[in-house]
Amino acid sequence: MTIEELERKFQDRIDAEEKIEAKDWMPEEYRKTLIRQISQHAHSEVVGMLPEGNWVTRAPNLKRKAILLAKIQDEAGHGLYLYSAAETLGVERDSLIDDLHSGKAKYSSIFNYPAISWADMGAIGWLVDGAAIMNQVALCRTSYGPYARAMVRICKEESFHQRQGYDILLSLSRGNAAQKRMCQDAINRWWWPSLMMFGPNDAHSPHSAQSMKWKIKRVSNDELRQRFVDMTVPQCEILGMKLPDDKLKWNPERGHYDFGEIDWSEFNNVLKGNGPCNKERLADRLNAHLDGAWVREAAMAHSEKRARRTA
Amino acid sequence: MIPKDHLFDFMLIHADTSLIISQRLSEWCGHGPVLEQDMAMTNLALDHIGRARLLYQYASELENAGRSEDELAFLRDELDYKNLLLAEYPNTDFAFTVTRQFFLDAFYIDLLDKLSGSADSRLAHIANKSLKETQYHYKWSSDWMIRLGDGTEISHEKVQNAVDRLWEYTGEIFQPAECELGMMEAGVAPSYEELSDSWHQRVNSVLAEATLKKPQSTWQQKGGKTGHHTEHLGYLLAEMQYMQRAYPGLDW
Ligand SMILES: [Fe+2]
Ligand SMILES: [Fe+2]
Repeated sequence: MTIEELERKFQDRIDAEEKIEAKDWMPEEYRKTLIRQISQHAHSEVVGMLPEGNWVTRAPNLKRKAILLAKIQDEAGHGLYLYSAAETLGVERDSLIDDLHSGKAKYSSIFNYPAISWADMGAIGWLVDGAAIMNQVALCRTSYGPYARAMVRICKEESFHQRQGYDILLSLSRGNAAQKRMCQDAINRWWWPSLMMFGPNDAHSPHSAQSMKWKIKRVSNDELRQRFVDMTVPQCEILGMKLPDDKLKWNPERGHYDFGEIDWSEFNNVLKGNGPCNKERLADRLNAHLDGAWVREAAMAHSEKRARRTA
Repeated sequence: MIPKDHLFDFMLIHADTSLIISQRLSEWCGHGPVLEQDMAMTNLALDHIGRARLLYQYASELENAGRSEDELAFLRDELDYKNLLLAEYPNTDFAFTVTRQFFLDAFYIDLLDKLSGSADSRLAHIANKSLKETQYHYKWSSDWMIRLGDGTEISHEKVQNAVDRLWEYTGEIFQPAECELGMMEAGVAPSYEELSDSWHQRVNSVLAEATLKKPQSTWQQKGGKTGHHTEHLGYLLAEMQYMQRAYPGLDW
């Protein structure tokens, strides 16, 4: 078969909602797009452990500490599922991690914002995991089978993450003035970066059209963002807190909330490496990797010795 | 019947040890040598905090003075913490973390086994649940002792160094505090001599398989069980107690 025929057959399968599996023929560009997206997603899970790790040693009580630890452990697990899903496409986890460390691969910019108060553990769970779920629920139907299946597993845990985050804020919102203040402040800081998590507006999203055609992406950035806003506004009302957007208003004609314009220059700057924590996050990951090299080498050396002994 | 205050103090020794080791392990979060081990250490931290909670809750009921698990965990003075010194030793590097864990697990695996048949049914229940976790922890820490000891030259040197350095904190484990003597007499806790023998056997066999040397020095530090800690604990508590101290009496 010629490439054109293969590509046509491939697209027919996609259009018929068939899942593409690791051994199936796929266009090189499809493979590359998936590797880029899945690895970026995996890196985000792992880098995302850092802002929350920053509070686990200072969690205010035993129950919250245990829940936070369990959440961070889940995120590490998500990283593992996703690296495995990426590996089905013929890349090695080590090389993906090298790309993260060299800056060639990206991770979600949201984790370049600092977690500076306990309320941030609430806001991250509620808004950041909440925004991630919007994306991930849509990805459960993505065309690449191993990715879709990883997403199904991940989504089950993410909704628990969102609930525990909201629950932290709920406690704060019913607390004293200091607690309410930290709650509102965290919402103020995390709201806009959470909206940015959905990526550029559809008109400016460079890879979107092809990804939608291949059904890697199933719902557009703007539509997901709108769903997120519509879901979040009533939840914020229950908290008795304010979202930091004067333009936020129910639009009965559209049946959606209208909201203000995102500061895309901030978005682009954080993406470029100028966010408050880009340098720390990357340095943390890189140092952990370098400091751990002797451990990985020891494990390898030991298993080789064992294999030789039993051979 | 054993005096309640003995039982209470005994709960605190092990609740505090669990909490403090959990705190140390959780410092690794996001910084482990490889993602699987990051997860494993978070899991260890989680098991230990779960155990600490069960023990504090029981202690709180025994004390019957209205102090909650959180008040016991976060609002005591350093002098009142009874954890083993070994638990508070800083992570330092992966070799120290593994060695510290191994020394503790090699004790708890037998202590919990004995306590799960204890005359105190509540304690027996907690011990039984914890024992299953500790069997897994022991597997993890002893496997890593062997991997590191019998790995590369560098890993061998690092883990031998950790063994040598941490050795002086292991004797305290088997120096019974007053409450432990009381519990032994009442037949609720096992004999610490027996536990010590069994610990040495475990350590001997794992160190041998790991091609590591058992330290010769016999001098041992003590003080954890009576509230006299190393300089490290104060900083750990300052961080751990921060929210409870800064915002007293609130719900979170
Ligand atoms: Fe996740
Ligand atoms: Fe999550």
